[in-house]
Amino acid sequence: MPLELICPAGSLVALKAAVDHGADAVYMGFRDNTNARAFPGLNFDEAQAAEGLRYAHDRGRKVLLALNTYPQPDSWQRWTGAVDRAAKLGMDAVILADPGLMRYAVRHHPQLRLHLSVQGSATSYEAVNFYREHFGIRRAVLPRVLSLPQVENVVRHTDVEIELFGFGGLCVMVEGRCLLSSYCTGESPNSAGVCSPAKAVQWKDTPAGLESRLNGVLLDRYGKGEKAGYPTLCKGRFEVGGETYYAIEEPTSLNTLDLLPEMQKLGIAAVKIEGRQRSPAYVAQVTRVWRAAIDAVKRNAEAFTPTPAWQAELDKLSEGQSHTLGAYHRPWK
Amino acid sequence: MLNPVFPSRLAGLVERLPATPPSLAFCALANRALWPALQALDWQPLVGRRYAIRVSDLGLRLGFTVSRSGFAPDRGAPDLVITASAGDFLLLIGRREDPDTLFFSRRLVSEGDTELGLVVKNLLDALEPASVLRQLPAPVARAAERWLAR
Repeated sequence: MPLELICPAGSLVALKAAVDHGADAVYMGFRDNTNARAFPGLNFDEAQAAEGLRYAHDRGRKVLLALNTYPQPDSWQRWTGAVDRAAKLGMDAVILADPGLMRYAVRHHPQLRLHLSVQGSATSYEAVNFYREHFGIRRAVLPRVLSLPQVENVVRHTDVEIELFGFGGLCVMVEGRCLLSSYCTGESPNSAGVCSPAKAVQWKDTPAGLESRLNGVLLDRYGKGEKAGYPTLCKGRFEVGGETYYAIEEPTSLNTLDLLPEMQKLGIAAVKIEGRQRSPAYVAQVTRVWRAAIDAVKRNAEAFTPTPAWQAELDKLSEGQSHTLGAYHRPWK
Repeated sequence: MLNPVFPSRLAGLVERLPATPPSLAFCALANRALWPALQALDWQPLVGRRYAIRVSDLGLRLGFTVSRSGFAPDRGAPDLVITASAGDFLLLIGRREDPDTLFFSRRLVSEGDTELGLVVKNLLDALEPASVLRQLPAPVARAAERWLAR
């Protein structure tokens, strides 16, 4: 089973960086809230998407379209229009979360390959197989809540390809269904396509430290030299019971280089890198490291150990202080 | 969302000063190299806003605004201030470092309108290096290309 490397792109320049540095596939979004990185100035219009597809296909790589937010009743056509455009452009697959949109895709574009988004939150093989039976999905991206033995159990009981997150920002274990952002701003990732919309974010240097606020709510205050993180409510420090700490989640990045040999052994189809909101420099750096690591595992999985240089390069790019193996590694299990 | 970063009285005083030569030079270069390349992208959200780039270790401050015809020096209170060292700005220009990486490690400071900051970041990220280099005199472009390919 080939272990594919799936890399993020928020612009044509980033897409080219991913392809040039060894991504097997690149995922992108259109320039609206049909994807979960709806930031101003980010993403692809139709002409840019077409050029990106040409660039990748000329080099034997694939392009996947993230259509992973949930259509709203008053703008259903925006989402179905995006599916139509994806089919017309010749996307290698669309990554969907909403079952209604899957049904639309199957009815109108039966040849279009469907992947189940992480936002679909399918954590069991029963759920994955349900999507397979009803909509013919070919691949599922598993939420970052399963341990490796649990992932193995899913893989063993389905013929749907399984894709896992390998590197990048983590969110509070409910994959887009979290309502914290909407509590503060009225916009949630799954409806507005963005958690912590930029218009509601304020950064301010104060004598006490660098403060981040979301619609006026203080999220964190970073002391001098302390590493900052994304201004999301879940990764803020709050006073609870007289103590100020990361009461919900610590701002760490997922990094599963260590687990690559096990992933290959399990028959994982693809490893996904998070970060469509990041710059071409990030895409180039992460893709280069992961390409080298995956090639090393394919050559000799037994002898594989991530080099300190790879880990240092990835650590530098991480949000927060450190990286983690996330839920994949639960030694107490 | 607009956070003026200078006390208004100070800003009023600064506004009456003539534009400094570095800001003039910056705008001349930006109009020559950046502006034509930006035309392929959605640059309209930049118009009518005021910007300041502060090069911390050189004590340099470049103030400018963007109109429908390009960059122009400006001494007004900026909507967005970006501060970093000369070396880190070079890393960003050369696409050696990701702005988020520098921001997390506190080497890049963005103050003011966060959304505008994101627009600027994403526009700069979307610029094709070749489309910028094409605007420069050939020897400069060749030297820059060599540096970018290091």
